[in-house]
Amino acid sequence: MIHATIGDIGHLFVIISFVTALISIINFFFSEREKNGLKKEQWLKNGTATYIVHGFSVFGIVGILFYIIYNHYFEYFYAWNHSSTTLPVQYIISSFWEGQEGSFLLWLFWNTLLGFIILKTNKKWTASVMTIFSIVQAFLASMILGVVIGDIKIGSSPFILLRDAMDAPVFQLNPDYVPEDGTGLNPLLQNYWMVIHPPTLFLGYATTLIPFAYVIAGLWKKDYKSWVRPALPWAIFSAAILGLGILMGGYWAYETLTFGGYWNWDPVENASFVPWLILVAAIHTMITFKKNSTALKASIILCMSVFLMVLYATFLVRSGVLGESSVHSFTDLGLSGQLLIYFLSFLIISIALAIVRWKEVPSTQKEVETYSREFWIFMGATVLCLAAFQIIIPTSIPVYNALIEAFGGISNIAPPADQVEFYTKWQTWFAVAIAILSGTGQFFWWNKMEKNKIKQALLLPIVISLAITALIITLMRVTNISYIIVILAGTYTVVANFKILLSVIKGNYKLSGGAIAHIGLGMVLLGILFSSGYSNVISLNKSGLIFSKAEDAPEGFNQENLALFINDPQTMNEYTLTYKGRYYEIRGGEGFVKASYLNDTKDPNKKVVNQTIKKEESTLEKGDSLHVFGENTYYRIDYVKENGKKFSLFPRAQINPNMGLIASPDIKRDLLKDLYTHVSSVPDPSQEVEWSDPQEMEVTFEEKFFLNDYVAVLEAVNRVDEVDGLTLQQGDLAVQAIIKIYGKAETYTLKPYYLIRENKAARIPAENTELGIKLNVQSINPEQNSFTLQVRTTQKDYIIMKAIEKPMINLLWIGTLVLMFGFGMAIYRRYSEFYKMRNKGME
Amino acid sequence: MKKSYIFGLVVIAAAIAMIISTAGDASSYVTFKKAQDMALNGDNTKIHVVGELKKDATGEVVGIEKSNDKLSFYFTMIDENGQEQKVFYNEPMPADFLRSEQVVVIGSFNQKLFVADKILMKCPSKYQETTVE
Repeated sequence: MIHATIGDIGHLFVIISFVTALISIINFFFSEREKNGLKKEQWLKNGTATYIVHGFSVFGIVGILFYIIYNHYFEYFYAWNHSSTTLPVQYIISSFWEGQEGSFLLWLFWNTLLGFIILKTNKKWTASVMTIFSIVQAFLASMILGVVIGDIKIGSSPFILLRDAMDAPVFQLNPDYVPEDGTGLNPLLQNYWMVIHPPTLFLGYATTLIPFAYVIAGLWKKDYKSWVRPALPWAIFSAAILGLGILMGGYWAYETLTFGGYWNWDPVENASFVPWLILVAAIHTMITFKKNSTALKASIILCMSVFLMVLYATFLVRSGVLGESSVHSFTDLGLSGQLLIYFLSFLIISIALAIVRWKEVPSTQKEVETYSREFWIFMGATVLCLAAFQIIIPTSIPVYNALIEAFGGISNIAPPADQVEFYTKWQTWFAVAIAILSGTGQFFWWNKMEKNKIKQALLLPIVISLAITALIITLMRVTNISYIIVILAGTYTVVANFKILLSVIKGNYKLSGGAIAHIGLGMVLLGILFSSGYSNVISLNKSGLIFSKAEDAPEGFNQENLALFINDPQTMNEYTLTYKGRYYEIRGGEGFVKASYLNDTKDPNKKVVNQTIKKEESTLEKGDSLHVFGENTYYRIDYVKENGKKFSLFPRAQINPNMGLIASPDIKRDLLKDLYTHVSSVPDPSQEVEWSDPQEMEVTFEEKFFLNDYVAVLEAVNRVDEVDGLTLQQGDLAVQAIIKIYGKAETYTLKPYYLIRENKAARIPAENTELGIKLNVQSINPEQNSFTLQVRTTQKDYIIMKAIEKPMINLLWIGTLVLMFGFGMAIYRRYSEFYKMRNKGME
Repeated sequence: MKKSYIFGLVVIAAAIAMIISTAGDASSYVTFKKAQDMALNGDNTKIHVVGELKKDATGEVVGIEKSNDKLSFYFTMIDENGQEQKVFYNEPMPADFLRSEQVVVIGSFNQKLFVADKILMKCPSKYQETTVE
């Protein structure tokens, strides 16, 4: 049955939210323009009312879309395309924002909430800031409007029915056809980080609107200075959340993808990082302005740029312009024109308003002194902006191609062949500069510095940093000069800010947010240096002999992957590795069970135990049924370290009919380093196994023989009354041979059948893919008291895997937490400043 | 000259340096013929070539040779000019490789062989379902 009504209600909410956003613009706009106090109040009341209606329709859209997905209404394209019946609840939440429409909706949702907070917490700024909010909401709502006028499509609705979205023959036969199941969520997104990373990131994006709205409002009202106070706590909040969102994305990539790290300088990653860099620069100029009224113009430009860069990033990621240059590319919904209009509208509004008001913006003519705190902060902000610039120029290469081609030219510029190397070359030095500036700048910030005092103040931190650096480079055997400089700069930031922290905390601990955040920054920097700079592929295979039939095989290649055959130990660096076979994960966190101990049922997520399995805490009996994650296969690898320490890793792979092998790593986490392991290739289960030509061998009871290099014994041949659950007919004769095969780690039993019906022999073979053996009883020779077996063999089960060591990666994660804590303290401090001023009636 | 002007000049110089560096390090999309000419002239910059896998009449991919240890493989690719080229990739064959509609190889020529450092694949329906079954 098609549940058409609920989708219609959803679509109605979309239209209401769009229209009320438009009406809110008008109401708030006239409230701001109106001089008459009473009328002003009336316009504002109306605006607030329409915005509240808008907000509740957005909640309505979110609720209905979630309801559709949660109840598996697969007649809706969105539910069918992004979810499935077997998806656990937490991933139903992530399927909500897998598609473009859902992620626009997420953005709308956060903006709505933020708008409510603005309405509640502001007085003087309400009308002007809310005008800008409403414009943004109208644009965002138009992205999910799903209205077609002539050839122009405005937005893409999440409430479209499958039969309208798809041109499939089944709908001509039966328009009311509803698929049994959805196509499911992209397996890479089935990760808990994908439940919280997108909302965090989008909250980060959404909050960049607030400083932007205050700037625009300030210019509009000709109130050039006081916008900074309410904007600052939000800017810091935004930087904290956006930064956290970006890092969560990195952590997800580290845990889920197999490129071997957390950051790949992919265009989509860059597009989120650039606004963050500018935002951090903006915070610094705003803080300077609050201290002594300089850097106002810089603050205005930077706060504008942050939001504009977010819009540009949205355009890059969602318009399809990146094409094959990014792994993240979203499906192109044909919204590129609309996205471009969105970006250009705000670009033009901002530039025009800035030009018109520029002369009136107060600025100081005083030359900035080298020994003033402004100088250092300004330098820091400049370096951050240059770093952002260096990233966005190459990231936009696909845009240049599109632009040149739009004007009829031909362009074939491609992104740098090795992006990681290219960006690292530049960004390393920006990081060094930022570390040195943030260490030194803090001293200037807290103390009035005279030329002669500097040496005295900085001497101690420099000496300590040098000593620590010397210790680190000796212990870690660092010889690379640029790495040594990064270590020194990072250590210096941590040490210098630690000294500042100690002195600030004595006075007023509330002011220590900056010092803590900078310590976090230094730790992050050191963590990145070690985990990336000293990332070490330990599955290197330097044995040579790569090709046997090498006519033109290139030389000098090191293989970074290692082939492991089942139960066949291999040494790799200080480890001995053994591949132990395929496993399933039991639902409910009860560990893993070997796949060959389980039989399939119709439901891919339900398996039946076929032999007694002893586990640490419980024992599974034959016939028990288990709920497993049927899509995921885990490949158990036992590691034994030289010192005798043992552990097992379970890297995962999904064989997806559409996407092929999707591998995710498993990570052994130690305090000082992570050991990261993933499979690069496994035998494709959907491909038919190629068996060798059959070989016949005659065996007798208790006689040892070889099967695919394994020792085997025919234990018994028993008469049976049923074959694979089928009862025999009268006059049938059936026997089952029991053949034991002694593998390296365990003993396997194969049980082929031999059946005689009406003087004809039938044979049911038995096989074991782990060992690569398939056999049947070809004939029974009563005179010799022997049996003839027919044996086929194939490749034993194997995996190809890669292992990488990531030293000191925990420093990066801990540094992130410290950074966030520092941001948190700064938000609290700056917000209470605004709060006090507002309650005095100043704002 | 005021300090702020000097500062401004330094910033502008840095920005120009970045643009030049981007232009210098940017790769390009070329054909195999162009790539081979570049290699013959001693230009070993890594370039992008766009093309498809070679297929026989029945649509089966042909020209795949895996190494014995399965850790690397060769394949035959046809670029946009229809030129055939043998390509080597020093990684196990990606599982969805044979299904790819379009392949972008990034690398350079080594004698007559194209050595790919990286392969980007465009697969049908990677993120989008095309039909209901």
